[in-house]
Amino acid sequence: MQIYLPIAEVSVNAFLLLGLGGIVGILSGMFGVGGGFLMTPLLFFIGIPPAVAVATEANQIVASSFSGVLAHLKRKTVDLRMGTVLMLGGVVGAAIGVQVFAALTAIGQVDLLVKLCYVVFLGIIGTLMFFESLRAIRRARASGGVATPVRRHRTWMDKLPFKMRFRTSGLYISVIPPIAVGVFVGLLAAIMGVGGGFIMVPAMIYLLGMPTKVVVGTSLFQIIFVTGIATLLHATTNYTVDMVLAVLLLVGGVIGAQIGAAIGVKLKAEQLRILLAVMVLAVCGKLAFDLLVMPAELYGIAFDGAGH
Amino acid sequence: MLRVLGLVAVALALATPLKAEQVVAGLSQEAISITTNFAGSEILIYGAVRREEPPPGSAPMEVIVTVQGPSRAVTVRRKERRFGIWVNTDATRINEAPTFYAVSSTGPLDAILSQTEDLRHRITLARAIRAVGTGRTDQDVFNAALIRIRTQDAAYQLTEGAVRFREQTLFDTSIRLPANLTEGEYVTRIFLTRGGAVVDVYEQTIPVRKVGLERMIYTLAHERPLVYGLLSLFIAIAAGWMASALFRAIRR
Repeated sequence: MQIYLPIAEVSVNAFLLLGLGGIVGILSGMFGVGGGFLMTPLLFFIGIPPAVAVATEANQIVASSFSGVLAHLKRKTVDLRMGTVLMLGGVVGAAIGVQVFAALTAIGQVDLLVKLCYVVFLGIIGTLMFFESLRAIRRARASGGVATPVRRHRTWMDKLPFKMRFRTSGLYISVIPPIAVGVFVGLLAAIMGVGGGFIMVPAMIYLLGMPTKVVVGTSLFQIIFVTGIATLLHATTNYTVDMVLAVLLLVGGVIGAQIGAAIGVKLKAEQLRILLAVMVLAVCGKLAFDLLVMPAELYGIAFDGAGH
Repeated sequence: MLRVLGLVAVALALATPLKAEQVVAGLSQEAISITTNFAGSEILIYGAVRREEPPPGSAPMEVIVTVQGPSRAVTVRRKERRFGIWVNTDATRINEAPTFYAVSSTGPLDAILSQTEDLRHRITLARAIRAVGTGRTDQDVFNAALIRIRTQDAAYQLTEGAVRFREQTLFDTSIRLPANLTEGEYVTRIFLTRGGAVVDVYEQTIPVRKVGLERMIYTLAHERPLVYGLLSLFIAIAAGWMASALFRAIRR
């Protein structure tokens, strides 16, 4: 069934969009990532104009994250206090990111920089996470199936002021690292047009030392706010949010997120992380491949006007 | 002196209506409405040549039909390998490029249309695109790239020989409009040519408009962007909550 999208001004198959939304929704619920880093390139691929894809994707992430966070709230796996601190940082970061994005657009190299950002960050995070979870799985096997909790070493981070107790995460740390993480993720999220979960999740685990079970729900919690603000900014400045596209994607997405959250509970934390790592590396590999191999068409067309 | 001017005026007045051959045409659609399930459209263009006297025996008459969508400025970028990766290096701005352009004719355009007439009426694809003052020596390469990419997307169509022309009088052709149409006035032109020269031109516009829900959403997004953004967010949150509630109900 073909559906004409009023803002994107293209006609696409409704079932294709529902299916894409569903698959990305499952991943979102499982790993606590918004799924934007998968969905945005997929939307480009089926012919949605990039500006519309990025803006509408932000709107869809709000829906799937909200659906996911409700599932996590029920199981009490959301650290609301930590989420709020991260979110405050994220909003500041996103505001800066929008300005950086505008500056890059003026130079005319925004596509390349966005892609390079993807390759570099997905590559680093994917590789680190892959080897770390591999070690964790080996350790779990060696100690007879019981995963030994990783003891956090005392580092320079413990010496920072403004300590706060995060009861759900079982942490007593300074608020400076979470705020810094929030700003950084918000900045990247605005530039790359994603929720930033794939950066946020590993940052919470490895930088802040939060338990994996809490990480997913908390990440989703703050993503709602960052992408919500992004949606409003895109709608008011570029007019690029396509409501029909968003509805089709999010109907699939919210259902997928629920299924994903249920699957996520059944898997072990290490397995969850290694799966996410493989997925991140696959997307990174595809993007790197496209940059390195000579494209079939050396020329590209960009409309002047809205969003540029 | 006055008499001479009067004669000139009479001659001019007589010259225009007394064209030996005129085109009479019709279109299968007066307007195109973009609805939610719009998946492209087809326009049937048909007509006849009206003659006051038998056709001059020199060259045969030929018919060219063009359909042109609204023009927009575009930037065409070229990639080159730098430091091992493919990067946009050169760019050029094309001031006017139709978002849709179809040319259909009774025969090969270079045989039935002279260069001067093409220049005057801007009939071929290369002439329909206008890039002014780019200062590039290789502007042609960028124009060709634009035509190539748009032709692949079926936004530009060149079908020589697709116009059926019977007895030098009746002609018809159909032009397929893709689903991703830009709103605006679509200009249909029919040219009669003989020996490369344009004998008569017929022009009609077809408005292409979004209607119903498509219209409402588009208008809201552009005239009340904040309301539209908040509504989008509300839909997203509501959908997320509903899915969550639904699944809780199923599990019980």
